[in-house]
Amino acid sequence: MTTRGRVPGPAIEVVDLRKAYGELRAVDGVSFTVAQGEFFGILGPNGAGKTTLLEMVEGLREPDSGQVRLLGREPWPRNHELLPLMGVQLQATAFFEKLSAREQLQTFGDLYGVGRARVDEMLELVGLADKAGTREDRLSGGQRQRLSIACALVHDPLLVFFDEPTAALDPQARRNLWDVLREVQARGTTIVYTTHYLDEAEILCDRVAIMDAGRVHALDTPAALVRGLHADTRVALPPGALSESEARALPGADRVQLGDTEIVLTTRQPAVLVTALAERDRLDGVSVRTATLEDVFLHLTGREYRA
Amino acid sequence: MSATLQTTAEPRPPGEGAPRVVLSARPARQLVALARAMLRSFFRDRTALFFTFFFPLMFLVVFGLIFNSPGLGTTTIGVVGSGDVVTNLPRQLFEPKVYPDLAAGVAAVRRGDVPAVITQDGDRVLLRFAASDQVKAATIQGIVSNLVAQGNVVASGQPPRLTLDAVRVEDQSLQPIQFTTGGILSWGVATSAAFGAALTIVSWRKKQLLRRVRLSPVPVWTVVAARVGVSLVVAFVQAALYVVVALTPPFGLQLPGTWWLIAPLLVCGTLAFLSIGLLVGAIAKTEEAASAMANFIVLPMAFLSGTFFDISGAPAWLRAISQVFPLRHMNDAMLDVLARGQGVSAVWAPCLILLGFALVLTAVATRVFRWDDA
Repeated sequence: MTTRGRVPGPAIEVVDLRKAYGELRAVDGVSFTVAQGEFFGILGPNGAGKTTLLEMVEGLREPDSGQVRLLGREPWPRNHELLPLMGVQLQATAFFEKLSAREQLQTFGDLYGVGRARVDEMLELVGLADKAGTREDRLSGGQRQRLSIACALVHDPLLVFFDEPTAALDPQARRNLWDVLREVQARGTTIVYTTHYLDEAEILCDRVAIMDAGRVHALDTPAALVRGLHADTRVALPPGALSESEARALPGADRVQLGDTEIVLTTRQPAVLVTALAERDRLDGVSVRTATLEDVFLHLTGREYRA
Repeated sequence: MSATLQTTAEPRPPGEGAPRVVLSARPARQLVALARAMLRSFFRDRTALFFTFFFPLMFLVVFGLIFNSPGLGTTTIGVVGSGDVVTNLPRQLFEPKVYPDLAAGVAAVRRGDVPAVITQDGDRVLLRFAASDQVKAATIQGIVSNLVAQGNVVASGQPPRLTLDAVRVEDQSLQPIQFTTGGILSWGVATSAAFGAALTIVSWRKKQLLRRVRLSPVPVWTVVAARVGVSLVVAFVQAALYVVVALTPPFGLQLPGTWWLIAPLLVCGTLAFLSIGLLVGAIAKTEEAASAMANFIVLPMAFLSGTFFDISGAPAWLRAISQVFPLRHMNDAMLDVLARGQGVSAVWAPCLILLGFALVLTAVATRVFRWDDA
């Protein structure tokens, strides 16, 4: 008999994890810790090593060296004590062919030994109650993703891995999915999550690790990462809102660019600049753009982020 | 080994009300869940249903009805004039087609309208035949020579000195359907078991369902047992379907008293062909590759094992080679039971061979098996 209650300590501990395929160091000395209940993002472009890292953490692949502990247990080799505690949503939507949404959940539920009532609860959670009888091959892309998340959560795991759950979804479907993910986190589940979308990570994650070429280049809350850049804020006004001399005279305006479509003021003191604009009653049509994770990525890797 | 997991209804940390979900994962429930999912996928796949149940039935119709007519059936033969031999042609064998003269008859043979033309010119019986169909040509020549010889005996006025007493050794009621049913059944089960296993593995791997199952608390043997169970169910449904169809009047299958012996053969055969599918599924990366590989193995095996045609006339070396195929042993044993009415003694050795084959191939397959692509 195993107690599935909370264990003290972190949800995930990774210490100096390495994996090489021939010459390629897919994961090259990665360490991090994820607290229980945290929403943890792993960001990086294709080929950054996210998938290999995740596979080692989940216990699907043996590391060359280093340590992984999930809820205090080692995931490799296949750990029967750990499997019921973790849920996994894979990149490919892994369904039993031609089974309905309800049948998929029932099957996965039976594999974990979950009561039948849980199936309807999960359908409700991901908003598929009205699609319960629809076969997986007749669901839309967004519905399939939500079903695969429901399948990953059917046994109420303490720790759940989502591998690019919002890839290839339209903006509306992405936003719907965010609500589901927030709901899952609110239930106290630890979430580890990989994504291509930097904006999404910024909104959802408590902390993000930024990966490139097998290494973690930065790990912090999105806000702290952005703050750490000391990047300038750009304030854009409609063309003709200010003359060039007026613009240059504004307090805090470090640089002024006059374009055909907009006037862009660059500043390190956005509050001072915006206050000055407000005093002059020039806030109509103003947009303020601060640095984002995209800028952090550019700064860390010297490359543009390619989603 | 028990995979039973239970939680105490431990309250969540403050503010999270509900207790954790109670899990009790029992292998029996996991096995039933997996088998049910596989069966549902299978029975909702029209292509799979067609190739498993109806495609072999088509062969049963082709071999059981068309090729099964007793002997060669009636053969149309061209006739000219009205000599004794011409008018005395046995009507149960020949259907005469009259031509005005021999030249017109020969032209018809050349065109392929009739296999031969016959006429009588005084004491000479003239037969002109097309050698393109050798079997028909030989049969017609044999029958006509016989008629000529009989005519000679009658003309000599002596009683015939030698008579031929020919009786077949099998049951008098034996029809070729007794052979066809066993062959089609063996082949149908071989195809569905091999393809079923191969395609399940490849498509589950490709869709990462294998990985997903591996990440759930399911013992590997449960997955294998579920697939074996599903293939056995399919094999027995196939057997019931083919046998019931073969029992209907147009086919006229007669079940011998020992017919139940096909059950152990079905079980052992299914295991043997599953192991072929397991190996194919372990090697192939795509469904297309798996399909091609399975065909490449099963189809030649079916022909060389005598499931469609009797191979007793094949060269000795070919018959020796066919001994390595599990289908050969299954097929032979099926014929021993269904056509020759033999008992347990004809079945136990083939069953052991099939099980041995399954064991060896499964061992090889587990060596090359991969959970994931790449």
